[in-house]
Amino acid sequence: MTKLSKDDVLKLARLARISLDDEEVERYTEEFSAILGYVDQLESVDVSGLEPTSQVTGLTNVMRDDTAASYGYEPQDLLKNVPHVQKDQIKVRRMIG
Amino acid sequence: MSQWQPIKVIARQVQAGEVSALDLVEQSLRTIHDKDEFHAIIATLDDTARSRARSLDERAANGERIGRLAGVPFIAKDNFLVFGTETTAASNILKGFNAPYQATAIERLEAEGAICVAKANLDAFAHGSSTENSDFGPTKNPHDPTRVPGGSSGGSGAAVVLDLAPFALGTDTGGSIRLPASFCGAVGYKPTYGLVSRSGVVAMASSLDTIGPLTRTVQDTALVLDVMAGRDPLDSTTIERDAETYSNLDAADLKGAKIGIVKEYMGEGLDDAVRQTIERSIDQLRGAGAEIVEVSLPSLPLALAVYYVVCPAEVSSNLSRYDGQRYGFSTDDAQNLDESFSRTREIGFGAEAKRRIMIGTYVLSSGYYDAYYNKAQTVRTKLIQEFAAAFESVDFLLGPTAPTTAFKLGQNIDDPLAMYLIDIMTVAANLVGVPSISIPAGTVDGLPVGLQLLAAQKHDRALLSLAAQAEETIHE
Repeated sequence: MTKLSKDDVLKLARLARISLDDEEVERYTEEFSAILGYVDQLESVDVSGLEPTSQVTGLTNVMRDDTAASYGYEPQDLLKNVPHVQKDQIKVRRMIG
Repeated sequence: MSQWQPIKVIARQVQAGEVSALDLVEQSLRTIHDKDEFHAIIATLDDTARSRARSLDERAANGERIGRLAGVPFIAKDNFLVFGTETTAASNILKGFNAPYQATAIERLEAEGAICVAKANLDAFAHGSSTENSDFGPTKNPHDPTRVPGGSSGGSGAAVVLDLAPFALGTDTGGSIRLPASFCGAVGYKPTYGLVSRSGVVAMASSLDTIGPLTRTVQDTALVLDVMAGRDPLDSTTIERDAETYSNLDAADLKGAKIGIVKEYMGEGLDDAVRQTIERSIDQLRGAGAEIVEVSLPSLPLALAVYYVVCPAEVSSNLSRYDGQRYGFSTDDAQNLDESFSRTREIGFGAEAKRRIMIGTYVLSSGYYDAYYNKAQTVRTKLIQEFAAAFESVDFLLGPTAPTTAFKLGQNIDDPLAMYLIDIMTVAANLVGVPSISIPAGTVDGLPVGLQLLAAQKHDRALLSLAAQAEETIHE
């Protein structure tokens, strides 16, 4: 049965860009082991000769014309929801250092 | 008795000027206010709804044709982008977000004259089976306020049964329309995957997400579906709709309908009183001429395990966009960009979103991808083949919607696995992409029981026709 350690959970949290406090790490370590333990029943299923399915109605490569289209809203409408805007640009914190 | 006429009748009355759309909107807003204690609604659109109603009344008075939903008030789950109020998906991370465009489903309903009056509560990001994961607090079951309404479209299910509006919209990724329909006593419809555009609906798990109505009757559901169904260039997963209207249901009786009782849904884990209610319904259907046989789908007990790999995997991908930079909540307490991402997501996401994102991250990560994600998607193929084989021998499948009636608020909230198990009878339809409907089958100790019917992909019209017949036939 899959059992996760606290370090495993901390690594997942880092990959998913979510900070966790100690109590959360404790709690998720326990919960994830239970959830993955349940999912482990898939391990023994015989799927020889079968391919994985990710699209259920059989559609493939739905294309559109490569032309500009209007969607009824302007860049300004989208910028209204942005937390920090400077000169019509999205302002973010520094990335290095 | 509902205060609302059938949707078709309301639209005809508004079109003829016999009833004013504004009165209907006021009536809906008043009922929402009166039933506030159930917390089905998290925002009302008073101003936009009134102004739309006034303009529709004017157009009707001028003899203009309005549409098949003329003046019909409705409630949208708060994961639909709608003008006139915030769209939050009941999550703190989207508080303050105002949609710059509307969902295609909303546009199509409005084009036929429907009026969105309110946004319904849900489990945040539609993650849950009880509506207790809402960052705005839980919705209460209309039949017993100490119990949950089901989830994640619990606000929409409760809204219909509380009579707040003639219909509500929900989303169904693993049962989120059908479960609240079952727990509240409404009709809840999950269409064939891709039949209704998801453009403008907050994405959860994209290979599973569907949109559908919750109503009081199957005929109302069919009409609302008919307005929303069909290809949309803004959602490339949409499929062609039937040429024939979905609301023109076959009048044929149940004679000749071949229905398979799903053996795996009637076995262990099913509450005895729920089983008796379903068996009584089966007897009534048989009495009305339906041919009933037992069908076995041996891999069905694996469906929930497949779902709880595939769903979190897609959730982890879809929810990566909530990073605090472009919209929604953003923490000021960060020194650099990476910290801004992590701290924003720590504060903005609730426990269940974090849980699913991290489980999804795990099953997709290098070293585990084949063992979990790829394996789950391959077992999914096995399920699809078993459903296809079943639909070779029967036209429809039948089972309960949920293993129990509505449970107590707080009962499962500290045990995520127990909460996941509530979805055990609904997730397969999403994994396989087939349409499925929950209709009321009776009550146990005053709490509704839902009967689930399923059909093969793209047999939506046949399924709705059967459900309308079943609705007539089944009684306490």
